[in-house]
Amino acid sequence: MLNSKFVLDKLIEKFGESVFGYEEQFDMMAIYGDKELNLKMLQFLYDDEDLAFRFMTDLTAIHYPNNKGEELVVTYLLYNMPKNFHIRLKFALDINKPDIYTASKLHATANWLERECYDFYGVNFVGHPNLIRVMNVDEMDYFPMRKEFPLEDQTRTDKDDEMFGRGGHFNFGKFSV
Amino acid sequence: MAEVKQNIKLPKDSLEKTTQTINLGPTHPATHGVFQNILEIDGERIMQATPTVGYIHRAFEKIAERKPLYQVTPLTDRLNYCSAPINNIGWHLTVEKFVGIDIPARAQYLRVIIMELARISDHLICNSILGVDSGAFTGFLYIFQYRELIYEIYEEICGSRLTTNIGRIGGFERDFSETAWAKINKFLDEFPRVLKEFEDLFNRNRIFIERTQGVGGISAERALAYGFTGPNLRAAGVDYDVRVQKPYCRYEEFDFKVPVGTTGDCYDRYLVRNEEMWQSISLIKQAIQKIGELKGEEATKYHADAPDFYLPLKKDVYTKMEALIYHFKIIMGEVDIPAGELYNAVEGANGELGYYFISDGGRSAYRLHFRRPCFIYYQAYPELVEGSMLSDAILTMSSLNLIAGELDA
Repeated sequence: MLNSKFVLDKLIEKFGESVFGYEEQFDMMAIYGDKELNLKMLQFLYDDEDLAFRFMTDLTAIHYPNNKGEELVVTYLLYNMPKNFHIRLKFALDINKPDIYTASKLHATANWLERECYDFYGVNFVGHPNLIRVMNVDEMDYFPMRKEFPLEDQTRTDKDDEMFGRGGHFNFGKFSV
Repeated sequence: MAEVKQNIKLPKDSLEKTTQTINLGPTHPATHGVFQNILEIDGERIMQATPTVGYIHRAFEKIAERKPLYQVTPLTDRLNYCSAPINNIGWHLTVEKFVGIDIPARAQYLRVIIMELARISDHLICNSILGVDSGAFTGFLYIFQYRELIYEIYEEICGSRLTTNIGRIGGFERDFSETAWAKINKFLDEFPRVLKEFEDLFNRNRIFIERTQGVGGISAERALAYGFTGPNLRAAGVDYDVRVQKPYCRYEEFDFKVPVGTTGDCYDRYLVRNEEMWQSISLIKQAIQKIGELKGEEATKYHADAPDFYLPLKKDVYTKMEALIYHFKIIMGEVDIPAGELYNAVEGANGELGYYFISDGGRSAYRLHFRRPCFIYYQAYPELVEGSMLSDAILTMSSLNLIAGELDA
């Protein structure tokens, strides 16, 4: 039977120091790896007879502006269908050099998902056959899902992130804290 | 891909093209949504297809980063708007799992009823429109009365029809009324006969079979590589169903079959969807029976006891301090959510609808990603249609059950 510990041990045995860490929440393990080895890890997880993660359920990116040097995280959700087991891989990238190898040759489904990541976060998937925007207009010159683009109109002063539990502060005039 | 025969022989290195470029969409009536396909055709045969998506992108993932969780529900409505309740309930289930709310049995069964009704209404649209696209209008006209009845059931339960915003985090905002039950029973009484009639019109219809069999087929290997889920994957012969693999809403207690096809073509997809409708009818009947078997307090509770997320009764808000406080906190979005992340999926009408929810301990999602089945399997479209006829491309698109809202998020 497949379990998180088995997958983790296998990966550590194969990649050693390049597996940076892991966390487990709600019965799903997320493994942090070296971004240089992302494709090798995906290939290993695909090929290994015991692991056989051959279905890519999802691929997306997350932006953590405060993690300097590791602002963007690309995350893969892999699935072993016969054994009904999910695993998540995470690779942190520098926002100034957001390069990571494409998985579109291994998983055809990664093609558009990577384009979506590029479109919204600017992740550069090296070797992707057609890395162009998928949702937004081609002329767009920024990556809108990054956290530096707040949802609200920048000129508005009556709304503040503080109201949503984080960041910023609300201007109460002379009563400001 | 079939070998393409060139009819016109041009001199070597001729600059003249032997093929034509046409735009199928973005607002073509045959595409049932805002899809653009740039087709390179030789006569009526498609040499190359380039889909362009994103015409109705509305940045739901970005908007969700600033909304209290209960306000994300109306956004999910607008993903797959043919089966909005599944999206709503899928989101509620995600939040409930994340914050650890226990849902009473009755609420779970009520959700099963609603989700299966939504699945029927989605499959009804897909299959009857497939008929329209292949030239059979009658089935569509007959069967749409029953989609209307399903929408009336939604209306009775939550007040709206298309973008339902049905239920709440924690259960339902009110119990099903007598009228709602009467309508559900009416649906269960009348619909099987109509569905049988619909099948009689199509299943063995020579014209329909010749139009759909062998059209837009995909092998199980390619379907898996492209991340197909739902009826499209099952039509290719893989019995993957989230309701079975990762049961939610007590689906593990139900007895139902997962129909599979063999060739993954339009006809198999049609048959799989039809069979799923029969299974859904059976699931609704089982759910009603299970609700009838509930005893004591369980038999009446239609929502969980989750004061941080579930709005108190209006009369309590006006008369009780605590209810007023919770009401205010929920409405103003002042409920703190624990930090963490969760991927939760439900079996949407056209595939695995996943919610990847990340919280940093704030009051809204730090990141919310929707795994939209449409978006993922639409990229296989060029492979499905290249080498086929133009009219088959329309049928293939129709039978994939592409919903523009879900595709573009």
